[in-house]
Amino acid sequence: MDLLRFATAGSVDDGKSTLIGRLLYDSKSIFEDQLESVEAASKARGTEYTDLALLTDGLRAEREQGITIDVAYRYFATPRRKFIIADTPGHQQYTRNMVTGASTADLAIILVDARKGMTEQSRRHATIASLLRVPHLVLAVNKMDLVGWDEAVFNDIYEEFSQFASKLDVPDLTAIPLSALLGDNVVDRSVNMPWYDGASLMHHLEHVHIASDRNLQDVRFPVQYVIRPMRNDVHDYRGFAGQVASGILKVGDEVMALPSGMTSKIAAIDGPSGPLETAQPPQSVTVRLEDEIDVSRGDILCRVGNHPEPTQDVDATICWMDAEPLVVGKKYGILHTTRMARAMVKDIAYELDVNTLHRDPDATQLGLNSLGRIKLRVTSPLLVDDYADNRATGSFILIDESANRTVGAGVIRHS
Amino acid sequence: MTSQNTLSQLDALEAEAIHIVREVVAQMERPALLFSGGKDSIVLLHIALKAFAPARLPMPVVHIDTGHNFPEVLDYRDRIVEQYDLQLVVGSVQAAIDKGTVREEPNGSRNRIQTPVLLETIESNRFDACMGGARRDEEKARAKERVFSFRDEFGQWDPRNQRPELWSLYNGRVHQGESIRVFPLSNWTELDIWDYVASREIEVPSIYLAHERDVFHRGGMWMAANEFCQPREDEMIERRTVRYRTVGDATLTAAVLSDADTVDKIIAETAATRLTERGATRGDDRVSEAAMEDRKKEGYF
Ligand SMILES: Nc1nc2c(ncn2[C@@H]2O[C@H](COP(=O)(O)OP(=O)(O)O)[C@@H](O)[C@H]2O)c(=O)[nH]1
Repeated sequence: MDLLRFATAGSVDDGKSTLIGRLLYDSKSIFEDQLESVEAASKARGTEYTDLALLTDGLRAEREQGITIDVAYRYFATPRRKFIIADTPGHQQYTRNMVTGASTADLAIILVDARKGMTEQSRRHATIASLLRVPHLVLAVNKMDLVGWDEAVFNDIYEEFSQFASKLDVPDLTAIPLSALLGDNVVDRSVNMPWYDGASLMHHLEHVHIASDRNLQDVRFPVQYVIRPMRNDVHDYRGFAGQVASGILKVGDEVMALPSGMTSKIAAIDGPSGPLETAQPPQSVTVRLEDEIDVSRGDILCRVGNHPEPTQDVDATICWMDAEPLVVGKKYGILHTTRMARAMVKDIAYELDVNTLHRDPDATQLGLNSLGRIKLRVTSPLLVDDYADNRATGSFILIDESANRTVGAGVIRHS
Repeated sequence: MTSQNTLSQLDALEAEAIHIVREVVAQMERPALLFSGGKDSIVLLHIALKAFAPARLPMPVVHIDTGHNFPEVLDYRDRIVEQYDLQLVVGSVQAAIDKGTVREEPNGSRNRIQTPVLLETIESNRFDACMGGARRDEEKARAKERVFSFRDEFGQWDPRNQRPELWSLYNGRVHQGESIRVFPLSNWTELDIWDYVASREIEVPSIYLAHERDVFHRGGMWMAANEFCQPREDEMIERRTVRYRTVGDATLTAAVLSDADTVDKIIAETAATRLTERGATRGDDRVSEAAMEDRKKEGYF
């Protein structure tokens, strides 16, 4: 059984909570006491049917306002896969939440109300999913029951969405007509839409091929921590602990440590249950080298002929997540892989309108929930790859140095 | 495992948790690991030991001792501390009651008054990070909590003002007096925990496995009759085969009727069960729909 992480996006009332509630319910991931408490809460609010949407509304403030305000994580499993849902709400702070959910997702579901068709929000969801390089996209056309299960309605929306997506970088798009409320095409194929010959949503989630989404070519091993037991029985042990970001490490392989540029061979790889011959993403291991070379937290082990570029000038698309805007000249803390440094904003090249993809080169600041292309100058070289090649070495966060808040998420454009 | 295959879900969850634990130690000055002897904290401890092997665990383990313990659990704790040569810090609720810093609640439960004792233990040891075994699937309010969850200088959690958390980049920066609670097992479910216990052959306290015990029925739950908890007039003691799904305050934690006397049988039962573990056995979360959220805001784990 493997693990699939997906994000769900939709405008308010498109039926996202109902859909998630149904996935949980139909995969028997909802327990009796949860269901009872939702039934009781539905009754107390005077709703006549059991509102499955209540299952996913966590915090009291949200229950009171009837909206979801923060990313919430849900879990369910079928005999084939375990699933982690990042449920990203559609109300305020939308972009910030969806960027967060999409950053770790293998797949994103974009929900559209069949009666309304594509909206500005749907375009925004597609843009963010593409920017964050979510490998698989599902266009879920919901509430088909309210348009008489009409094939033409579905086709028009699919067509319009595909046209927009063709301007973006969307590697894999699947469209599914469904009714979250009635369950059509959620787990079982709908009898009301015989014209649709694709898979149900659940079937697609269970079978979409994710193994090849990982980068197994470029060896990148950011060192998190150096293990030195300093005990007699393991006196000379010196291991570099980290999580494989990409590529395959093998005992005996020659590796280079950056930024020093020194090389050595892998003497051993210690995994959580003992020694390993190879390690691949996302395994957490400890690497021992044949020679005593200087390696510390923030360094990266890679191959001699294939390594990230050390640079102090970083070009990136940033999603701004803080009420205080990003301005040119301001300094922030930057966390990139396991390296912490300081960065100054040199330039805002443009602000991106996520709905129209229009670029505004006159922007002088980026406010909460806006996206833009910026240039940073970093105090010490970062070891970067293009985000398109490597999610781990191509991403960073910016931190407000006085308040310590995480204020921005960056995707490196290195070409 | 070939290069074509993805990791199994357990291996992937383990890898993620090890990464998080290492970030804590690399980023924070004075981290600690909260250890209750419950199955989640046992799994967390094993992961933390693996993360730094063959070195010792580079942080103390902290037990907030309510004084209402199952003897089997205390016994287990002490054996583990000895086996792995751990540094144990105990925050005692009884000592705090004796000193007068907290007051016993009328219903005898020490769950709520654990919180000030935990906060005091964090403060007096100047811990800037406390790792715990809580999971997001346990409860609705937890579903939105970050892996690195910021606490202000009063130990409070502000659900409306959490730090965004992206990729596997964790922001552990704090000012003096503030701290981070860290939940490396956020993405695990109860079933994942048991699968892990089975596949890694981890020992758990015996009360998790089915055994005979004197119990009585109260409020739809099976309570053990012991020094902390006695039946009322109308409640009858019966000898039943039970096991525990969580180990909390012994006055509050209920047992479930079960014949599962091995971890494999527990897994089979858990896969089929229709009640969440907190709902089935924790009297403290039942008080109101938002009970957990209120306790977390105050600084509860
Ligand atoms: N007829 C119909 N109604 C739906 C469907 N999905 C959701 N709804 C209703 O649409 C409303 C909004 O759904 P909800 O799940 O709360 O939307 P969210 O804001 O996207 O989470 C609720 O009244 C749902 O019952 C559907 O497939 N068909």
